[in-house]
Amino acid sequence: MTARTVLTLAALTLREAARRRVLRSLGLLMVVLLGLSAWGFSSLLHMEFDGATLTTGEARLVASQVINLVMFGLSLIAALGTAFLAGPTLAGEMESGIALAVLARPVRRSAVLLGKWLGLVIFGAGFVVVAGLAQFVIVWVTVGYWPPQPVTGLALLAAQTAVLLTLGLLLSTAISPMASGIVAVGLFGATWIAGVVGGVGLALGNESVAQVGTVSRMLLPTDGLWRGAMHAFQDPLALAQAGGPALQGGFPFLSVAPLAPAYLAWTALWVALVLGLAVLAFRRRDL
Amino acid sequence: MIGPSLDTARQLLADLPPAPAAWCSGLRKRYRKQIAVDGVSFTVGRGEVVGLLGPNGAGKTTVIKMLLGLVRPDAGEVLLLGRPSGDPRSRARVGYLPELFRYQPWLTAAEVLALHVRLAGVVVPEQERRECLATVGLADRARDRVGGFSKGMQQRLGLAVALVARPDLVILDEPTSALDPVGRADVRDLLLVLKERQVAVLLNSHLIGEVERVCDRVVILDKGRVSASGTLAELLGQREVRLRLDGVSAAAEARLAAAGQLTRSGDAFTVALPAEQDTAMVPDLVADLVGLGVRVHAVEPGRISLEQRLLDILRADTNADTNGDRS
Repeated sequence: MTARTVLTLAALTLREAARRRVLRSLGLLMVVLLGLSAWGFSSLLHMEFDGATLTTGEARLVASQVINLVMFGLSLIAALGTAFLAGPTLAGEMESGIALAVLARPVRRSAVLLGKWLGLVIFGAGFVVVAGLAQFVIVWVTVGYWPPQPVTGLALLAAQTAVLLTLGLLLSTAISPMASGIVAVGLFGATWIAGVVGGVGLALGNESVAQVGTVSRMLLPTDGLWRGAMHAFQDPLALAQAGGPALQGGFPFLSVAPLAPAYLAWTALWVALVLGLAVLAFRRRDL
Repeated sequence: MIGPSLDTARQLLADLPPAPAAWCSGLRKRYRKQIAVDGVSFTVGRGEVVGLLGPNGAGKTTVIKMLLGLVRPDAGEVLLLGRPSGDPRSRARVGYLPELFRYQPWLTAAEVLALHVRLAGVVVPEQERRECLATVGLADRARDRVGGFSKGMQQRLGLAVALVARPDLVILDEPTSALDPVGRADVRDLLLVLKERQVAVLLNSHLIGEVERVCDRVVILDKGRVSASGTLAELLGQREVRLRLDGVSAAAEARLAAAGQLTRSGDAFTVALPAEQDTAMVPDLVADLVGLGVRVHAVEPGRISLEQRLLDILRADTNADTNGDRS
């Protein structure tokens, strides 16, 4: 009975996303971003610096950085989209009364929440994979660069989306739909900035500043996953040749190391904990 | 040795009457400093139609939500169709129309019903679902998105949702709040059909006339407590018939006294009728009186309305509270 409820709610959430203009808005944003990046990458090849065009190695290095930049834009769109979907789907339904009729059925609240979570994860992951692959194809066609670990990178980006929407669901069990979306996206931005600050600290050799990034990455794993994804997208050879302070963490669109398995385990635990908290809060909630 | 005794036990269990459709005991709920529900207990028998009445803020909707597990009671117990409300299966054969009725605006009416059938875990063929929509007057709107429905249509859809999964108990919270007079008449007919089909109904409504017409029993809530409950006959007292007569002989008076307890004041006679009177009783009495040479000027059924009784109960509660405050 529980599995059926989870699957029914997951399918319902996907249908909601498809019908509620969210998919269309995200699709439109994606097309704009991909179009701009196609234009940018094609002009990259013909760009002249001090009277000379880029060498192949330089072009690959620049492509590595720009692909990370564009993928950051993509992950931001995915994060915004799912966070603003996660809020209304739970808090909005409790506020409007839609949840009353659904929860009066022979269903467990935990199954309803898990179903919604699953639907949102599939939606977010699907978006990231489709948009990411489209971006890779554009870069490959324009500059001939294909990221070294596309599957790992996209999986990490999908995980980042899952982390953020899990947080959005937890928030939406306690606060209003709009507020939960705003807080989730705000925290996502704050963690990214903390990551950049930590990177600067690392580059300057200031340990306490560098700690800011590490701690924020533990509290909300979005930035950590994002850094892992960047590492999977960038060209290791070109980066090794370039070296320098950019690689030491000072530049926000390059990442020096892949993710440690321990960090991935922590992320999985984090998602399970936050989802568990959301289930507890939702079960105790009076409608 | 064990076999026969087990069989006996099984037989005993099978012979037990089915558990009531809904049973609650000592329900209590407090929202911060406000006590919303305070020790509410009542039963809805199988196939019984029970009205839940009371002024705004009496706790009716909170009681309904506690029955359905939507609100956690601070104290008290609930059984739906024999299962505790903590068990989701207790709601498997329960239909519910909330006071705040909203359905997924991005789904069509037919899809909303399909969703609820799936969540209820029953198999209802499409034909039956369509008939359910037709019952509430939405047959031609099955493929339209709910987002475009008026409030009245959404409430009709809510009724269809409550009825679609073949419930044994239907809980309706203000089912006619958004309906026009035709819609209200439709709901009344629907309730009578449910009654005929032996589906238990718990009905919260401000339309006392409707409650009086369809309900077997009434529970009156005030300030979170049960002020009164019982069958309509119990609540409204015995029926009586008031007659204005002249030329009343001793034989005619004896005939009147045989019908029920008689009180007389001048030419006005009041006969208290037994609760389970048959419908022929009053016409028979009048025919006999005419046969005895009595001239009959007027015959009026004397029974206070449920509305009057409700107001009396609520006012008595208020007076008791004011006196209590003074002492």
